[in-house]
Order: sequence, then structure tokens, then C-alpha cells
Amino acid sequence: MTTSSGIVQPPAAPKPLEWARTNLFSNWFNAILTIISIGFIYFVLVTAARWIFFTADWRPVAVSPLLFLVGQYPRDQLWRPGASLLISTFLIGMSWGVWERYIKAFAIFLGVLLGVLALIPLDTPTITPVVRAVFIANPFLIYAGYRLGRLPAVKGSLVISLWLIASALITLALLPGFKNIPALPSVPTTAWGGLMITLLLAVGGIVLSFPIGVLLALGRRSSLPVVKLFSIFFIEVVRGVPLVTILFMFSVILVLFLPAESRIDRIMRALIGTVIFSAAYTAENVRGGLQAIPEGQVEAAKALGLNNFYITTFIVLPQALRLVIPTIVGQFISLFKDTTLVVIVGINDLLGIGNAILNLDPEFVHLQMEVYLFIAVIFWVFSYFMSYASRLVEKALGVGER
Amino acid sequence: MVNNLSSSEKTPLWRDERVLRMAAQVISAVIILGFFFWAVVNFLAITTQRGMPLTFGFLKEPAGFPISESFIPYDPTMSFGRAFLAGLTNTLVVSAAGIVLSTVIGLVVGLARLSSNWLLSRIALAFIEFHRNIPLLVLLFLLYFGVFTRLPRVKESIVLPGPIYLSQRGLYLAWPRFTETGDVFLGFTAAGVILAVVAWKVLRRIQETTGRLTYFSWVSLGILVLIPLIGWFVSGGSPLWMDIPVLEGFNFKGGLRLTPEFAAMLVGLTTYTAAFNAEVIRAGIQSVRKGQVEAARALGLRNHQILGLIVIPQALRVVIPPLISQYLNLTKNSSLALTIGYQELFAVGKITINQAGRAVPVFVMIMATYLGLSLLTSLVLNIYNRRVQFIER
Repeated sequence: MTTSSGIVQPPAAPKPLEWARTNLFSNWFNAILTIISIGFIYFVLVTAARWIFFTADWRPVAVSPLLFLVGQYPRDQLWRPGASLLISTFLIGMSWGVWERYIKAFAIFLGVLLGVLALIPLDTPTITPVVRAVFIANPFLIYAGYRLGRLPAVKGSLVISLWLIASALITLALLPGFKNIPALPSVPTTAWGGLMITLLLAVGGIVLSFPIGVLLALGRRSSLPVVKLFSIFFIEVVRGVPLVTILFMFSVILVLFLPAESRIDRIMRALIGTVIFSAAYTAENVRGGLQAIPEGQVEAAKALGLNNFYITTFIVLPQALRLVIPTIVGQFISLFKDTTLVVIVGINDLLGIGNAILNLDPEFVHLQMEVYLFIAVIFWVFSYFMSYASRLVEKALGVGER
Repeated sequence: MVNNLSSSEKTPLWRDERVLRMAAQVISAVIILGFFFWAVVNFLAITTQRGMPLTFGFLKEPAGFPISESFIPYDPTMSFGRAFLAGLTNTLVVSAAGIVLSTVIGLVVGLARLSSNWLLSRIALAFIEFHRNIPLLVLLFLLYFGVFTRLPRVKESIVLPGPIYLSQRGLYLAWPRFTETGDVFLGFTAAGVILAVVAWKVLRRIQETTGRLTYFSWVSLGILVLIPLIGWFVSGGSPLWMDIPVLEGFNFKGGLRLTPEFAAMLVGLTTYTAAFNAEVIRAGIQSVRKGQVEAARALGLRNHQILGLIVIPQALRVVIPPLISQYLNLTKNSSLALTIGYQELFAVGKITINQAGRAVPVFVMIMATYLGLSLLTSLVLNIYNRRVQFIER
């Protein structure tokens, strides 16, 4: 547990006055800068505080926090996204138990965040004690998963298969439901929304794009001209155009290239677009890792008589993928932010819900600042602490130090 | 191994490297081409059924939709092709302005981040962390819906020093414009720039080969200032005048007007990218080892020489490649403008799809344009990059 004490500190903390002299008033120019900075900070803080506490009207944000979480998901079926969340956090706990330092910082961050969310004193009837209980349960489930994952019997392969089963279960059965099973009535994806969609798209995008990206990266380094050319073409085209065009293409143009009358769900189309986009970037990141593996590794493997397939899967890839973990986390964070673009193709993700709430009540129309600022804060907290956790992981593992 | 050698006369087909490679290529080619063929067949079936030919002839037809602002003359009677061009100019203008401004702000913030003043460095950090951790689209919505559309009416404009007027109608600022004698002045300025560059190169080479001090930076700086100055007086009368916005009736007259859409887009793109640029620049400067500066000082170089000859050339090597990708990102991100009503390439393309009903040709054009822009930018900057990299090794 080096979460807060992990920050490197100078051997002996200098006295405040001494510190101020060296860091703030070392010469007259610095002193002027300091005074201007203090004035600036004071102005910003006072203006912001005045606005936040007096001018701003937070009703649109407080009116229905559930909308921001799950969109229009039927309120009597809320146990389904709730259960999905609990299953995921439990598995995150298990992953922490198995992979220890790789996951630790992320798991702790998630547990703290969800626990804090549960305790926010919001006075709306939509936040029932049950909803609070679901959130408060997460830290405990993460810990329970961690203890379970620590057991020697639990192996990485088991956790990975559990993840695969759980994600299939959640995305194909639990959330969409079925037409003819009364216990799990069908919920059309038009009713999905909020943070749920944002997370589904970001996590789904990064996970599904990973194998494609690895294949493309290998393809780009392949000595087979056809494979190499296709990989380069794919990667460069996708990286050369904005994500909006790709999303738009998959939501509007894709149907033209499929057999007539075939229908793909619109969230599925957005997900395909996200995956295609992300795959090209994953490919370039993985290629960076592949290039960092010394040629001697391959030569040694060849000398041992391994064939190309074994060399790639058992020698090169494991080392390369370990190297690119920080980059992939960074990519995940930017993908998480980029998923907001799905509002352009009409999906109610977090930002889309914000837009919808502004139109909910004529009194809210002019409260864009409040709503978008709230959304910005949500994204900020997630992104900032994810990158913070990733830096901790990097430091703990010494990744990137070669 | 031994076995292989003894029975090497005949390798089975499935273990023959060459056969396997060919097979892999053929199989992947068949899969890729087959997939494309399948998609194209479906596509042709649908388009013939709906009557949407795959031709670009519609580009000559009148567009019939207005574009809220354009840097080239455009009105709805003009063709779809012209509309596309107007959209492209809008993209280029906002991207170019964004690239310049984000570099300047990025440099300032990056240097502030490195400042020995703790407070200043923290302010820069706050700027960087704020922008890096929120989606650009949310930032744009905040700026446009939260700030620029909420500005007071023209009569109660907010006045910033400059003068810059902020109101519902956008941002009005004073802007230098050329008078009739401006051409002469421009000619002199161009000549001054060219001469200064030539002088710099020649004198520098002389100094490098002979070791004699030629003061090349001072000489070329003098040329750069003097010749335009001569031009200013020769042209008779001021070649430039300040176009200052004046409130007349219900609107401003004169000055440069930025629409709220353009202003929000420019501010959003600029500050967002500047945060990333600041990190790139900071990392670049930090990548130059302290020993380099100390060694230069030990050799007796002055501070500005250390900066110009030692630190900046080495930092540039590290800075340029990520900066290129930030510029490309900015250009691609400008496509988000359609959400706040600044009609650039993608927004115009989207309207064209609705108006002309030719989704695929328009889409091919959009993608090809962005791809072209990306490839062009990276080509130009990569050439520059190669020159910078060459200096050291």
C-alpha cells in the first residue's frame, strides 16, 4: 500500500520559509511571477467558487443521477446493470489477486471511487437505498475477489476465462435480455445510455481491438508482401481519418455494403467503428513493442529450433506486450474520452444524456454550463486517476526503464 | 536437425517454407479480396435498387444550401463541388490558426511548467491536466453552449484590451489591413526576408569554414528589419492601417469578426492541443542532459549561444515527431466542428449526403481529403524532421 506515500520526497523537508525563498522568491523576476500567480489563482478560485455555490443552478444534474448512469434503462430492471457492475468489480478484484501489481492501483481506485459515489448525499427519490447498497458493495466485492484471487488454485487462465464468460453473459444476455423470457425481458438498446454506454464502448473497443491490433502489427512486420501491404493500408487509412468519419461510416454507410435487409444494432455499429479505429492505433503501439525486442531473442529461439509460430507466440509477443502495457492504458484513456463522439451518430452516451436532460425541462435550456461541466468532471476524474494508476503501475514494475 | 539433413532430398509439402509462404499469401489475398468482392456485390445490388449511381457528376449541380461562413465566395446557387471546397477552406483555416496558436501557447505553458517558480509551474500543470483529461467534444460544448452563446448582446459587449469585443455576434477585434501602397511594402518585406535568409546562410558558412566572426544573426536581423522599414517610407504613407471595430447602431462595423462557432472551435482546439504540445515541449527540453549545458558553459559559450546552439537543436529532435502527430490530431479533430455548427469539410459533406443522396462518393471524397491532408502534413514535416535529425548523428 504505497498509494500516497509512494511520492518521492526530498530527504529532509526544508523549512517553509526557506522553501518559499528558493521556490517562489529566488530573484525579483520570480517574485513578480509569484505575485501575479497568486493574484491569478485568487481570481480564478473566487470566480469559480462564487459561480459554483451561488450562480449555478444544479437542478438538471441532481434531477436524475440515474439517467447519467444508465440512461433510459427500465427502472424496474435496474438490477441488471447493477449485477453487471458487481460481477465486473468482483472479477477486477480477482484479477488484482492474480496479477497483483499490474491491477492493484486500478482496483483500489475503482473501489474508492464507487464507494465515494455511494456516499454522496443526494436527496433524490431515484437514488434508493438499494442503488446505494449496490455501489457500496463494490469495494467489498473487489476485496473479496482479491482474497479469492490470491488462492494458489486460482490461475490467470481461469480468471481470463471467467472474464470472457462474464462479458459474453453481460453484453449478450443480461443487459439486452430476451423477447420470450419473462424473467429477463428484452431491453432495446435505444433505452441504454449514460456512463454504461460510455464504459461498454470504451472497454469493448479496447478489448476487441486488441487481438486485431496485434495481428495487424504482426502483419505489418511480416515478410509476406500481400499481408504487409494490406496491414499498412488498413493502419494508415484508419489513422489518417478522424474518428467521426469512421463512426459515421459504420453507422450510415456500412448498411450499403451488407446484404439487403440485414440489420445491425446501432450500438453494435458504433462499437464496430470504435474497434476498427482503435485496432489501427493498437497495431502501431504493439509494433513499437515488437521493435523493442532485440533481434538476439529471435535468433536464440531459431537456434533452439523453434518455428516462426512458436517464436512469435512464446518469445516475441509476451515480451513486446509487456512493454506496451502503459501505452495501451493511455490509448484506453483516450478511447474512453473519444467515445463521446458517438453522440454524433445519435447514441445517448454520457454526453448524449447531458443533451437530453437539457431538453427535458424548458427551465433547463440555458443550463448547458452546469450540465457539461458536470460531465467534464466525471470524465476528468476517471481519466486522471486512470493515468495516475497507470503511472503507479509503471513505477512498480519498472516498465519503460530499460 | 540431423534427421532433417539426412532426409533432405524431399521436404513434405506442408513443411516446405516456400510453399507455406505462398499458401499464406494466397489465402489472405483470397479472404481480403473475397470480403471486398462480397461487399461490392451487396453494394451494387442496393445502389441499383435505390438508384444512387457511383459517379461524381453531381458535384457540378447547384448545392442549394447555405454555408454560414466561408473564406471563399460561396452562395447556395453554386455547385456541390464549390460547397465542398468552401468546407475544405474552413477546415484548413481553423486548423492552420489552431496549429500556430497551440504551438505558441504550448511553448509558453511548457516553459512555465519547467519554471523554477513553484506556483507558475503548478498553474501550468493545472492547465495541462484539465485539458488532457476531458474529451475535446465536452470542452467544445462547454465553450460554445456554455460561453460563446451565453455572451451578452452587442450593446453590452464585454470589452477586452485590444480592443476585443465579445458579444452574441461573436468576437470582434482590431486587425491590420493593407492600404493601396501595401503591395510595395509587401514586396520590400519579401525581399527583406529572402535577403536575410541568404545573408544568414552565407555568413554562417563563412564563419564555420574560416572561424572568423561574421555576426551572422545580427546582420540578418538588421536586414530583416531595415529593408521593410525602407519599404514603409518608400511606399509613401502608411501601407497598413488598423481596422478597429466600432459599434454602430445594432452591430459592429469594421475589425475582424470571428463568429461564435469559429471562435469556440478555435479556442477549444487551441487550448486542448496546447496542453498536449506543452507536455511534448517540456519533455523535449528535459531530454537535453544537464551535462550538455554544463559542458557548453565550460567551453565559454554565452547563455543565448547555449540555448540556440546546444539546447534547442537537441530538443527539437525529440519534439518534432510527437508535435507532428499533435498537428495531425488537431486537423482531424477539427471535424468535431459540425457539432457546434461551424461548417467545415465534414459538416458540408454530411449536408451534401442528405441533399444529393450520394453517400458513398461524398464519403470517399471526405476520407480521401483527410487522408491527403494527413499524408501531406506528415510528408512535409518528416522532411523537416529528417534535416533536424541529421544535425546530430
